[in-house]
Amino acid sequence: MDVIIVVAKALVALVICLQVTVLLLWVERKGSALIQDRVGANRANLFGGLLPFNLGIVNTFIADPVKLFHKEDIVPAEADQFLHWLAPWLAVFPLFLTFAVIPFGDVLVLGGREINLQAVELGGGLLFVLAMVSLGVYGVIVGGWASNSRYALLGGVRGSAQMVSYEVGMGLALVSVALTYGTLDLQTINREQGALMWGFLPAWGVFYQPIAFVLFFIAGMAESKRAPFDLPEAESELVAGFQTEYSGSKMSMFMMADFIEVAIVAALVTTLFFGGWQIPYLQRDGFHFPGGFGFAVPSLAVTVLQIVSFLVKLFVFCWFQILIRWSLPRLRYDQLMSLGWKRLLPVALANVVVTAVLVLALEGWTT
Amino acid sequence: MILFWIVAIISVASALTVVLHRNPVYSALALVVALFQVAVVFVVMQAHLIALLQVIVYAGAIVVLFLFVIMLLSLEPDVPRPGRYGMRAGAITLAAFLGIELAAAALASQPSPDTLLPPDYGSTKQVAERLFTTHLLPFELTSVLLLAAVIGAVVLARRRA
Amino acid sequence: MNPYAALLISVALCGVVATLMLVMSWLLGPKRPTEVKLQIFETGNPPIGSLRGHRFPVKFYLVAILFVVFDIEVVFMYPWAVAYRGLGWFGLAEMAVFVGILAVGLAYVWRVGALDWD
Repeated sequence: MDVIIVVAKALVALVICLQVTVLLLWVERKGSALIQDRVGANRANLFGGLLPFNLGIVNTFIADPVKLFHKEDIVPAEADQFLHWLAPWLAVFPLFLTFAVIPFGDVLVLGGREINLQAVELGGGLLFVLAMVSLGVYGVIVGGWASNSRYALLGGVRGSAQMVSYEVGMGLALVSVALTYGTLDLQTINREQGALMWGFLPAWGVFYQPIAFVLFFIAGMAESKRAPFDLPEAESELVAGFQTEYSGSKMSMFMMADFIEVAIVAALVTTLFFGGWQIPYLQRDGFHFPGGFGFAVPSLAVTVLQIVSFLVKLFVFCWFQILIRWSLPRLRYDQLMSLGWKRLLPVALANVVVTAVLVLALEGWTT
Repeated sequence: MILFWIVAIISVASALTVVLHRNPVYSALALVVALFQVAVVFVVMQAHLIALLQVIVYAGAIVVLFLFVIMLLSLEPDVPRPGRYGMRAGAITLAAFLGIELAAAALASQPSPDTLLPPDYGSTKQVAERLFTTHLLPFELTSVLLLAAVIGAVVLARRRA
Repeated sequence: MNPYAALLISVALCGVVATLMLVMSWLLGPKRPTEVKLQIFETGNPPIGSLRGHRFPVKFYLVAILFVVFDIEVVFMYPWAVAYRGLGWFGLAEMAVFVGILAVGLAYVWRVGALDWD
């Protein structure tokens, strides 16, 4: 029975990951169209014109992935066969796994059992996320190397240098979060954000660590090689960077990795800084408003509401990243690196020191 | 027990790949696999924090460094070279000595009695408490060591400039 | 249930899904290799020169080394952060020394210019 529950949770986490990614593809296309004052992809039909109207969303949801999977899988003769196959797998696998530790709800009370809605309940969840992000670099390096092509290798090395530079920043930003909550367990951090500051303000992480939020968000976007940091896949400059020699489903896996990372950054931001599945004033048995009144809500409804709240916040931050992508010009590589090492790193360090001092000075600052 | 054997077999296989494979990139990737096995062993020994750190630092950073170096130097896949028997004989002898020593040490050691580990053992908090109180000096010395590494790397890398 | 068992299940699941995606185009797509398709793409011209022996800028290596060092620093900070409340002001001082020494290193690297042109 235990096993079934775990498998179900792992499946749910994976499904959330995959569905969000596919949805993001459509949101990106339509969203960028909105921002750029055009219509975007809206042509998809069945059998060359069966229906009298166009189904734009079908294009991205179904037609696009199906098209990519049916493309011929070309591996250059000069390329390293094994590594060529391995790289997209390496790019995608750690990202899938990251979703396994992200809590998507509080508890589900089912038949007398309290099921914690987190697929893998690791005590060191935050470190696990960092570990998976560290492993994400391999997809890029091996991908660039395997193609045995100059563009690919250059793109791969530059991409991994970029990812690696911002990993330090990410790690440091999260240290202050760990300082604030005194734990590395994502579900615990999430739960502690249900408290109320001064009786009415939900104790979300962003109020305690605004700087860490900004730092982590920037570092996360740079880590996932997303604009304005997308030089490794600079579509107009290095052909497709380290993805040049990939076609068909391998290329779509690299693209997916991009979107999954968007989702991961969004998920982490919600979990650590915006209360995750917490709805303000909602606790396991119902609403408790600060005025004193409140009303009871059945526990199943509470769970559903919390999962929905998590997903909504997830989307808000995914949308925010898409917005940023289509609003800011691309950073030059040296600007990018200097941002990571010369600005992000010192600020993150200073943030940790300040947080540490504050935590001690205001002993009992968080629960 | 099954887990131990699986991990052991994979470790040995990947370690052999590291040493014997011609292509250095494959060796580096096999090293990652071997390091993962070590992390699994750490988990079995209840050293949870160290297992995660092993993945983050070793498998996630150091092997990336190795790969950068391999690509930087554009290392050719190794070709077996004729001759050089002297070196090979020496290497095999030393390896044999090492093997015998390790076997002797392993066979001579007593299995530790099954003590009941405190429930917090190996967790982040517990390791941290020990690290920053009892073992403070090694910790601070580590920072000096890292500083030396940084300065050394910069000096070496910029010598040509 | 042991969280690591759950982790193993997750690993298996994610591995299977990733593998499935990987082989999908190999299964579903056409296979018509032609000479031109198998060449490496270099904007239409045949690739010049071998990749082996191509010299790479050393700054990438520097970035990797700096990453290793600072990653280790960050990794030391996590257990400290978790046990911080129990360590008090003394704990802050310890970590301040640690960070301080490494900040000296960062400052040196910065001044020397190893962080530029990258």
